[in-house]
Order: sequence, then C-alpha cells, then structure tokens
Amino acid sequence: MIEARGLEKRYGDKVAVHDLSFTARPGVVTGFLGPNGAGKSTTMRMILGLDRPTRGEVLVNGRRYRDAAAPMHEVGVMLEARAIHTGRSAAKHLLALARTHGIGRRRVDEVIDLVGLREVARKRAGGFSLGMGQRLGIASALLGDPATLILDEPVNGLDPDGIRWIRDLLRDLAAQGRTVFLSSHLMSEMAMTATHLVVVGRGRLITETTVAEVIANASPPTVHVRTPETSALRSVLGGIDATVTATSADTLEVTGRTSEQIGSLARTAGIVLHELTPRQVSLEDAFMALTRDAVEYATAAT
Amino acid sequence: MSTQTITAGTPHATSPSSPSPSSPSSRHARPQQRVTQLRVLRSEWTKITSLRSTAWTLAAALAVTILLGVVLAKATASNWDHYTVEDKRTFDATATSLSGMYLAQLALGVLGVLMISGEYATGMIRATLGVVPRRLPVLWAKVAVFAAVSFTLMAVANLIAFTAGQAMLAPRHIDVALSDPGVVRAVLGTAFFVSAIGVLGLTLGTLLRSTPAAIGVLFGVLLVLPQIVGALPHNLARISDYLPSTSGDALMQVVRSSSLPSPTHGALVLVAYLVVTLTAAAFVLVRRDV
Repeated sequence: MIEARGLEKRYGDKVAVHDLSFTARPGVVTGFLGPNGAGKSTTMRMILGLDRPTRGEVLVNGRRYRDAAAPMHEVGVMLEARAIHTGRSAAKHLLALARTHGIGRRRVDEVIDLVGLREVARKRAGGFSLGMGQRLGIASALLGDPATLILDEPVNGLDPDGIRWIRDLLRDLAAQGRTVFLSSHLMSEMAMTATHLVVVGRGRLITETTVAEVIANASPPTVHVRTPETSALRSVLGGIDATVTATSADTLEVTGRTSEQIGSLARTAGIVLHELTPRQVSLEDAFMALTRDAVEYATAAT
Repeated sequence: MSTQTITAGTPHATSPSSPSPSSPSSRHARPQQRVTQLRVLRSEWTKITSLRSTAWTLAAALAVTILLGVVLAKATASNWDHYTVEDKRTFDATATSLSGMYLAQLALGVLGVLMISGEYATGMIRATLGVVPRRLPVLWAKVAVFAAVSFTLMAVANLIAFTAGQAMLAPRHIDVALSDPGVVRAVLGTAFFVSAIGVLGLTLGTLLRSTPAAIGVLFGVLLVLPQIVGALPHNLARISDYLPSTSGDALMQVVRSSSLPSPTHGALVLVAYLVVTLTAAAFVLVRRDV
C-alpha cells in the first residue's frame, strides 16, 4: 500500500511535483503514467525517502519508508537499471544488499535463477546489456520478498520475451496480495500490465483511473476513405450507427463501419475507391488526449 | 544471456522463509530480517572484498610501503660515510624504513574517497541508501570496515618495511629494534595516520560526492597546504603543527625533531580532523537528497 498525500517537491524555483495525492492498493498493479519530465522518478524517490518532500508525505504500508525496521521486506525497488557498481558481479551486488537485512545466500541464488541471470552472475555487472541490467534490478527488488514493489520503467531494454516475462511476474505478484507500482510513459505498455492508473503531467495529478475506463473513453476507430464519388458512397454508408464526415472534396472519415464493410458496400454499389485506410485510435492517442495540456516538452504543432 | 522462460510467481512460493502466498500480512512477521548495524557492516565487508580495483589498490599500498622503506634504508646505508655529524645525530632509522607511507597515504586516500564516491558515480548509492533509508548505519559501516582493513594492512606493511629496512641498516650498525623505546608506537602510529587519511578521504567523498573533487581536496590538503604554510612568515609557522601531514611526520618520528610536534599532539590533531569531518559527513548524508 502506497499513500501519497499532498506531495510536493521543489528544486529552487522549479516545481517537480505539486500537490500529488494518490493511493496504490495491494492486490493490483497500479501504473504510474506520465510523459517524460512529469515527476514520476522524483515521486518514486520521495516514496523511498531518497528525496525529501518539500511538503506533504507519503506512507508505505502505513508508515514512512524511512521508519521501517526491515525496508527491503516492505518495499522492493528498481529505480533505474544502473543502481549498481559496475566493478562488482551481480551475485556479490545482490549479496551485499541482502546482508543488510540478514538475508542469506540461498535467497540470493533463488532470485538470480528467477530472473535468469545464473550464467552471468559471477561476471562484472559493468558488462551487462540493458536487458540484463533490468533483470538484475528486478532481482534486487525481489530479494526481500517485499509486500510492495516499486519499479521505474521496468520493461526498458527488455526483449519481447523479457517483456512478457515481467508482465506475467508483476501480475502474479499482485495476485499474491502485493502492491505493485510501476511507472511508464507508454500507455500501451500500461494497458498490458496495469489495471489501475495514476496519470500525472507536469508534476500534477491528472487523474486516478483504470485502464478499462481509459479504453472505454477512447474515441472509436475511424476509416479514412478517398473516392471521386463521395456523395454516392455517403448514401451507401448511411445508417444510424455510422458517422461520415467529409474531410476534403474527395475524402471521408467513417466511424461505425469497418474497412471490410466499406469495401464490400462500395463494390456492390459500383463505387471506385482510391484509398481505404483503417485508423485505429490507439491507447497512445487516448493517453495523449488525457495529458495533452500537461506535456512538458511538447513538439511544436506542424 | 540466457532467455530461459521463468515461471512467474515463484519468488514468493520458493522463498524459504515465506509462508503461504495468500496471506501477505503474515509476511511481516519476520523480525529476524531487520536492518542492524552489524548486518550493514557485513554488507560493507562484502562490498569492499568484491571489487578487484580495491584489492589492487591495497596490494599497491602494501608494495610501495615495503619497497620504499627498503630502498631508502639501503640508500642511507650506502651513503652513511658521507653523512655529516649533525645528519648522523638526527638520523631516524625507524622513520626512514617507514617512508613508504608518503606514497601509501595517497593510495589509501584515493581508496577512502572511492569507498563512497564510487557509489555516487555508478548510482549504487541509491541501492545502498534505498535498503538502509536511515543512512547513518551505512556511513558508520563504511568507516569501520575501511578503517579496520586499512589499519591492519598498514600495520602489516609497516612491520615488514621496518624489519626489512633495519636489515639494510644493520651492516652499518645504525639499525634499531622493535623493542626500542617508541618504535612500536611509530610503526602503529604511522599505520593509524595512513588509515586516518583514508577515512578523511571517505568523509570528503561523502561531502563532495565527486571522485575528482574529493581527491583534489585531499591531495591539496596533504601535498599543497604544507608548501603554502611553509612559505608563511616565521611567527605563523606553528600553523603547520595543525596540518594532517605534519601529524604523519610527528607520529612516525622516534628521534624527536625540534621542528615537529609530539606524537601525541599529532594523533590528537588527526582525531580532531576525523571528528569534525565525520560529523559534517553524517549531517550532510542524512539531510541531503540522494
């Protein structure tokens, strides 16, 4: 359980996080979603007591993380892949962390096996690929068998196989009753892993919602059609469930009909089509719509 | 790397000490796995013994201490006939054989800095302070482990350097024995000085977080500051008595020099430096964002 109450972090004049309140509950995967620079990493550091909030507080399992007697048992963390000394082997790195809590070698070997790093565990971590670094980060997060997991961009650098593995792992950990809190700037990734969402932009809470809700509210898919016979096609496509909008003299945007349906109808009516393109409104678009006003480094409109 | 398929969910189920996965609250009933100062000490011991660069630096410190002691003693023995009466009167056989500490202090000073600046440089510090969020146990453990390792190493190195150095001086009958007054104090005092410089490096690494900055300050204090103080007018020359580098010379001497403070004074000055910088490092480490 993570409870943030009115969290604020300022660096001089710059407000990185402003009046942020949210709750991540046990038993579900909560996605912490926002564009780059939204304050996700800063918030995660404040949860872990690495950064001190300018105002507000955040509680982990009912108390400040700093006050926990067995922090690794409360929270498993993967802040970024490279929170490791490059000269040390993965096994020794994990052992050094485990020792602080009296966790034994057996558990270290277990998490090494779990993340699939057995063959490289005795090699210097400096030579690890990004994906191996991520796996090592996840191994260190799991060392203390924690009640809450906090992972910053966990799928970064993982191959498709690894991405599926981590999704399954996180869902499973949540199913065991743990709190799983992970950040990402990709809505599509969140849709695959998380059920609850905390969406932030420019350091402010935009919404606390669920993935299902975002998908439901996303605008329906459209089909882009180019034809010299727009009015003929319009009459063919008519119906209460279809909306047809002319976007130029020879193009239409159609919702409520699939490209297959439009193609068949046009053929039956003998209408020539020059272009027929399904435009799936992606989750990314839905997310963009949510955060449009809050993007820190928006690219200039063209 | 291997891309073997891993069954999710096993971390909990296979954890030797974890009860059934269905009762997350019961997982908190494990008081044996709390953070203690002793456990953080063991963690830091694991860290210091698992870096090749650390082993090499320690080996280098050991080697230069012995080599320089032997070479200087040998050179003294060879040139003894050319020494003036005054030179012979003030000749310190112990200090000569321990001269390797002038190089060893630099090696261990750098190592002390790297004990923590290496963690800042690699990002390891976030993992370290992430699992010990109260932070201070980490600083105390680093200091204790580093001080124990460096003092033990330097005590051994100095003993070997002393023994080998005296063997070089023996043909001239200008050698001293370990049992002579003040000799053991000089051998161990020099080891204390070198490890204190290392701990000073560690506190500077904590305060400045940057390896080059901390090494720059440390070397400035050890090598440049004595030059500047030496150029001061005569009535200000006693400032030199309060420099860490002077403490090293004071602790190393068996034949008392009129230009140096007593070994006790030297030790107290070093302790004062350590208390002040450790207090500052502890204060900053706890308050600062990582």
